[in-house]
Amino acid sequence: MADEDRAGPAAAGRTPLPRAKAADVSQVLHTPPPTQVPADDDLTALAARHGLTVSGARPTLPEYVRQLWARRHFITAFATAKLTAQYSQAKLGQIWQVMNPLLNAAVYYFIFGVLLGTSKGVPDYIPFLVTGVFIWTFTQSSIMAGTRAISGNLGLVRALHFPRASLPISFCLQQLQQLLFSMTALVVIILSFGIPITPRWLLAIPALILQSVFNAGVSMIMARWGAKTPDIAQLMPFVLRTWMYVSGVMWSISKLTKKDNLPHIVTVMLETNPAAVYIDLMRYALIHSFHGKQLPPHVWAAATGWALLAGIGGFIYFWKAEETYGRG
Amino acid sequence: MAEQTAENIPTVVADGVDIVYRVNGTGAGRGTATAALNRILRRKQAEQAAGVRRVHAVKKVSFVAYKGEAIGLIGTNGSGKSTLLKAVAGLLPVENGHIYTHGQPSLLGVNAALMNDLTGERNVYLGGLAMGMSREQVKDRYQDIVDFSGINEKGDFITLPMRTYSSGMAARLRFSIAAAKDHDVLLIDEALATGDRSFQKRSEERIRELREHAGTVFLVSHNNKSIRDTCERVLWLERGELRMDGPTEDVMQEYEAFTGDKSDKTGKAQQKPAPKKAAPKPGTPKVPLPS
Repeated sequence: MADEDRAGPAAAGRTPLPRAKAADVSQVLHTPPPTQVPADDDLTALAARHGLTVSGARPTLPEYVRQLWARRHFITAFATAKLTAQYSQAKLGQIWQVMNPLLNAAVYYFIFGVLLGTSKGVPDYIPFLVTGVFIWTFTQSSIMAGTRAISGNLGLVRALHFPRASLPISFCLQQLQQLLFSMTALVVIILSFGIPITPRWLLAIPALILQSVFNAGVSMIMARWGAKTPDIAQLMPFVLRTWMYVSGVMWSISKLTKKDNLPHIVTVMLETNPAAVYIDLMRYALIHSFHGKQLPPHVWAAATGWALLAGIGGFIYFWKAEETYGRG
Repeated sequence: MAEQTAENIPTVVADGVDIVYRVNGTGAGRGTATAALNRILRRKQAEQAAGVRRVHAVKKVSFVAYKGEAIGLIGTNGSGKSTLLKAVAGLLPVENGHIYTHGQPSLLGVNAALMNDLTGERNVYLGGLAMGMSREQVKDRYQDIVDFSGINEKGDFITLPMRTYSSGMAARLRFSIAAAKDHDVLLIDEALATGDRSFQKRSEERIRELREHAGTVFLVSHNNKSIRDTCERVLWLERGELRMDGPTEDVMQEYEAFTGDKSDKTGKAQQKPAPKKAAPKPGTPKVPLPS
């Protein structure tokens, strides 16, 4: 095998392009350069004979999952590093991780609780509101970060080899860590309102896991769109703000749907909206006065369904374009 | 495989490779709203008219690289060297042609994965993981990386954020992290010119070590000396075309004549670039029109 290589195309491939070429090289940019290289067939055959593979080809789905799993330490390290780097120049440092969500909640309380009076008829309005804001922020920032995951990290994508899904997943993980900081603030708020700790708090864990899977899935879809059309990042804040207002972050959906004057389809859409589902689940888990009958029907089924649909669908959709990411 | 056959095992095969960049928002009516609208509406038919410019960075390049070779890539600025390297690494898709590789070629460089706000220590971990090393591997090599970079020679700097480093120190740390991993096919883009003289010596040595472990090394550099020291074969790219491919000394002489580097070759220098006479016509678009 080695012998025929030495004699055959190997020799052809090595032949230095004749020096004469330096003289007749075309300076007219439009004309294709003279093809003095060996015929294409030879090179392809040579590559095939030695088992070379196409550089940068998309791996199969199982292989991709395996590669991603092998990079799990990078994904977590990247997320943590981003999170730490965020406030490293601030004097108060990591305290901002908790201060930020608290200030956010204060602003929303001032506008919706005090000025607009949305709180009427909602018991424990502040915990209700703060839970909503934090859980919504998790979804919102994951999607925003996902949109820019590829287009905002082209340097990384063009310099190193790794399954690109690491990026949106890592950004979601960063937001999840951020949310966990917020949750400590939330627990303090809830306890200071005299809300008891019940076994129901355990439900927060599956709810959070399902929401994370959902967020990661949607970010991967957005990452692919954002990689192709960076303009999406300009559009997303408006889409997300609209989504926030229909998701019952500051008001109670169940109060609205109890009135009979809403068309059925609107009720169904309000209730199966994934953001609303995850927010209400978390409220149900943490706030004792938030009753089970305030939850939309089949809430766990909806939460799981959305997570699986977005998670698996988003992952496959993202993988389908794996080899195209990073193109100028 | 026996040693004498090692020479003939190809590791990278480039077969008629074309690479084209498309750039939005340039050309006629750049950035105006109407141009943008035009671009969206007339997408496929008239990329050029709609202000998308195509930059044909690499044209019909073919070569075969073999195991154990160190290949230099030379050419004037903007001749497509780095682009070709990225395509070999599989980071840029090719427009036409194919690039076949043995294993996964990797670019030497982790700059993009590092974060200035983090300490040098955490960046060593982050960079190592980004290159695909496992946590244990990074831990094992951590001390070597720090020692090699020499960051701690003047005090405990590795625990300071990287933004506090001088540019030379940061470059040294980046190189040390990048060079910590062994690669099948190693692609180096002007990495040698960092740091002070003693660090340059060390890094050249490290490159030689990497070469021994790696199957094939590609080196892009404007430093003719380091090309001569490191490589036995040179590819000369000019305006995206492969102008010469051969033993280092032959190609380097032509190249130096072309760029007018050596004073003793002035006669040659005037004669050689003669075909370039019509070269950069002012106003000649650098971009071919789409057919």
